[in-house]
Amino acid sequence: MTPAAVPPDRWLELAPLQLRDWVTGFLPASLQWLATGLITIVAILAVFGLLFAYLTLAERKILGRIQNRPGPNRTGWFGLLQPFADGVKALTKEDVVPRQADPVLHYLAPVVLVALSLLGFAVIPFGRHLVAVELDAAVLYFFAAGAATELAIFMAGWASRNKYALLAAMRALAQLISYELPLLLAFVPVVMLAGTLSTTAIVAAQGGWTLGVLPHWFVLTPWGFAGFVIFMIAALAESNRSPFDLPEAESELIAGHLTEYSGFKYALFFMAEYFGMCALCGMAVTLFLGGWQAPCAALECIPSYAWFGAKLLTLLLGFIWIRATLPRLRMDQLTRLAWKFLVPLALINLGTAAFWSLTAGWTGGLQLVRWAVALALVAGPFVLLGRRLSRGVAPRVYRYASS
Amino acid sequence: MILALLLITLLILASAAVAMVLRNLIHSALLLVLSWCGIAAFYLWAGAEFVAFAQILVYVGAISMVVLFAVLLTRPARDAELSVPAVTVLRVAAGLMAAGMVASILGLAVLTTRFSGAATRAPQLTVKDLGALLAGPHAAALLVTGVILTVALLGAVLIAAPAPAPRPEDHS
Repeated sequence: MTPAAVPPDRWLELAPLQLRDWVTGFLPASLQWLATGLITIVAILAVFGLLFAYLTLAERKILGRIQNRPGPNRTGWFGLLQPFADGVKALTKEDVVPRQADPVLHYLAPVVLVALSLLGFAVIPFGRHLVAVELDAAVLYFFAAGAATELAIFMAGWASRNKYALLAAMRALAQLISYELPLLLAFVPVVMLAGTLSTTAIVAAQGGWTLGVLPHWFVLTPWGFAGFVIFMIAALAESNRSPFDLPEAESELIAGHLTEYSGFKYALFFMAEYFGMCALCGMAVTLFLGGWQAPCAALECIPSYAWFGAKLLTLLLGFIWIRATLPRLRMDQLTRLAWKFLVPLALINLGTAAFWSLTAGWTGGLQLVRWAVALALVAGPFVLLGRRLSRGVAPRVYRYASS
Repeated sequence: MILALLLITLLILASAAVAMVLRNLIHSALLLVLSWCGIAAFYLWAGAEFVAFAQILVYVGAISMVVLFAVLLTRPARDAELSVPAVTVLRVAAGLMAAGMVASILGLAVLTTRFSGAATRAPQLTVKDLGALLAGPHAAALLVTGVILTVALLGAVLIAAPAPAPRPEDHS
């Protein structure tokens, strides 16, 4: 947070901070810390609230185009006002609470879920100087906040007094707990190699370029690539996205634990889902994709938060693309993927990262050996485990489609 | 600072007390989770960030799930059996005995511990120092705890799991 460290030509870099300080300058000194905190919160809420609104629109538009239909195009220009129309609709709908339901918990569940899913944004560095709270154990904080959301899902399912909702909540919890393990194991190598749990320090550890063009992002190392892929698969499952959207499979499982919710409470669940997805993607950008760092030295003139935003949007669009491409998994396939495939690979990846960390001093020809061994450690188990697990199952033959 | 401590203490004790009074087991379990959150807040108040987040991750994220699943899965019917039966003399006596035993063990531990010197400056521990301590001098204790927990988990699975019946849809 030292403005002097930045060259004067990059005023865009500091513009958000200067705007904030200009606003807080009108207040007496005793209230400035409060105003600074409130402005940070309002900025995060506004940016990610709008991102949520337009992400739903982008998702519907892109899904529509992929499925060869136009998507929403009646409200405003190209359907640009659709999110606001949806918001008004959700607000004016009747809020139905079943007579048998537990009214307090039924009301609290969506509120707790949204509140907890917003907590994660506090520690993600959105730019060189843009991080709401700097914590020594920031990564742990992020995943602790994420783990607590399971409680809200349980509350939603149990308080509805509906056996389908309760069963769906249990199914959702089984999925979330299963995929939390690979999610947590996938980021441990990053902590090992960066030697810190602080998000700002992890981003700083990925700074610099080889020859000015090759960034030192963790995703460009063998263990980082494997960790990134495992992390993204687990993130898909943790945020209930297709192909892991069993908790509320709207087409066949009557929306799971959301069965008894209507009106704005229902919308709050979706808000929490999108917030959680944005936070996890932001964490993936921070841990593996170099955070706010530019991809090459020549492009550093573009402000850091623009790079962060670009990477975040790329990951989110990837999620939408995956949703349009892959069919939904079955429950047994889902848990098998987590426990028999992702967890062992993540554990082996820990060993790869340890090897990478121990051989940091190798140079010259040994550097090639280091890359070869690390790549073999990543690819070998993947191929062997994949072959073993899909024996007798794959490749699938589509009898009805081929003939 | 003292006011914050008082509020946190009130949250911990009040939620624990209400959890004991309530007749609905799920409500009690959720209030217990609130009490654990209060303990995490106390760690934060005391400046132990890492312990606070670990408390949230382990207790609020994982142990709460174990408690809730245990409550739901061990009861065949949902509503009627979730309420706790009324207080009897036997239960009061058992509760008092358990409380007395825990209190005497804790009291003995507190009384026999020799606190070194007067209040010195609080040590500035980072997460890295904690990790080095856990992986260095206390590595053996950490490993033994891990092994005991794993054995307990395996035992619980063995006791709880029914004999598996082969199903045709398992092979796909």
